[in-house]
Amino acid sequence: MRNIFIKNLLEAAETNPDLYLITGDLGYRALEPFRDRFPDRFLNAGIAEANMVGLAAGLALSGKRVCVYSIIPFLVFRALEQIRNDIAYQNLDVKIVGPGGGFSYGNQGPSHNTAEDVAIMRALPNMAVLCPGDKTEATLAIKAMLATPGPAYIRLGKAGEKEIYAGTPEFSIGKILPVKSGDDLTLVSTGNIIETALAAAEILEKSGLSVRILSAPSLKPFDEEAVAQAARETKGIFTVEEHGPVGGLGSAVAKILADSDLQNIKFAKFGMADDSCLCIGSQDYLRRQNGLYPEHIAAEILKQFET
Amino acid sequence: MTRKTTNLAEIAGKIKKLAISVAYKTHSHHLGSVLSCLDILTALYFSAMNIDPKNPKKPNRDWFILSKGHAALALYTTLAERGYFDPELLKKFGADGSGLGGHPDKDCLPGVEASTGSLGHGLSVGAGVAWLAKKEKRGNRVFVLLGDGECNEGSVWETAAFAGHHGLDNLVAVVDRNRLQGFGSTDEILKMNLTDRWSAFGWSVKKINGHNLAEIAENLNQLPISPAKPNVFIAETIKGRGIAEWENKLESHYLTLGEEQYKRAISEL
Repeated sequence: MRNIFIKNLLEAAETNPDLYLITGDLGYRALEPFRDRFPDRFLNAGIAEANMVGLAAGLALSGKRVCVYSIIPFLVFRALEQIRNDIAYQNLDVKIVGPGGGFSYGNQGPSHNTAEDVAIMRALPNMAVLCPGDKTEATLAIKAMLATPGPAYIRLGKAGEKEIYAGTPEFSIGKILPVKSGDDLTLVSTGNIIETALAAAEILEKSGLSVRILSAPSLKPFDEEAVAQAARETKGIFTVEEHGPVGGLGSAVAKILADSDLQNIKFAKFGMADDSCLCIGSQDYLRRQNGLYPEHIAAEILKQFET
Repeated sequence: MTRKTTNLAEIAGKIKKLAISVAYKTHSHHLGSVLSCLDILTALYFSAMNIDPKNPKKPNRDWFILSKGHAALALYTTLAERGYFDPELLKKFGADGSGLGGHPDKDCLPGVEASTGSLGHGLSVGAGVAWLAKKEKRGNRVFVLLGDGECNEGSVWETAAFAGHHGLDNLVAVVDRNRLQGFGSTDEILKMNLTDRWSAFGWSVKKINGHNLAEIAENLNQLPISPAKPNVFIAETIKGRGIAEWENKLESHYLTLGEEQYKRAISEL
């Protein structure tokens, strides 16, 4: 997805002369096209993320739209106070662009995996939070982000995402996208683990359940109405995300259900365990360790429908 | 571009009187920090900076960022005296719903360029403004006031390295060197040779007396100190300057003025 980011950033920069890119010295074999095409609007701030975010605030105060780029832990956690005070509180036009997320860097170890970024960024005022699920969503989310003023955070999958849409869905920040219709239960997914949700749905359908699938590339603002509607129209809501148990998609959906007057709605959230970042392994291995694989998700949901 | 500086002492006196009065009436803390840097702000706003209080956002203006945000009252009172807004507004300093916090928010008053409060943020924001201004030949200079205790923050040195590397000679840091920080003296808590440090990061460094208005103004009107290098003035100051029993005392950071202290301070001005 980072290549999709750069491709769309290049396109946007052709028409918006105020668009800048600052990197914390990462982006090898990804950011070079922007650096070469717009050297005056590219800045490598060095391995110094706190300063990088402060610089971005200075550029934004001077009227620029700025993307800051580093992998998520170095950006979101190292420079969090700068993101909060200098970007979110001042409501500045800075986009926090983080490749990776979840187990994307799996075998690189705990320092590189992230189970908390969405929760933290959702908690910040003024901050839009985006987590696209496939190449189409990534393209649409990046285009929308680069065309919209204000702070935003985007969590980009690392590589190899499949296409899940036949055409181009209608996209706007804050809206959930319908991926598949169904009447018995709803799977809500965010990020590129949508592939796992789709495979789980196939298993469930073979068991005779009609599964609706919603993808949530936008986690803040969040499309509460689409979830509420699914909760009214189907018997269960199940969330799938590559994020920890606190503050992600599952929490956002649980809040909607708690606020509703619906009773007996079936609900479960599938995501990373609280301490899952401490394990080592490939993304696929770590997903399985956390139950984030189709057979497990389908089996857990079927249990709820059998009782 | 030296401007008339003969009445700076009179102006500084008026601002101090206003700051002490507002702090007393609103039971505010941090007055020691305010009095430490008011002479510097007076020289900046009444002699050195290219600004227009009637047009606070004029494109080629000089910027000021109060990185030691806890001295917000110094900034507010200086802006008021400079004509950015009616000093009466400061009666609401710290009041419920006023927006005038003990640490400044961007645009809470005309002339406040950036929100500060967490130490170690202002210099990087200022460096961003300065880097862009230099690249686009906008003509802006950026003045950032830091505390000497604030120089403990690692982010200050990230920015120091950046500005040195990029030769931001339109960036001017002033370190309010009052030698006191949160829990005691800077030398006891985390000793730093600031001159050597800033020099090592590629900055032009100059020590000045932070309460000698003529000296501050003269130096701030001869910038850059040397070409293609960012500038830093280590301004030797006295925390709580002007309130006899608070001078160079840690309590000036935390305590509020009593009636007797207030009356004496005003009369001594």
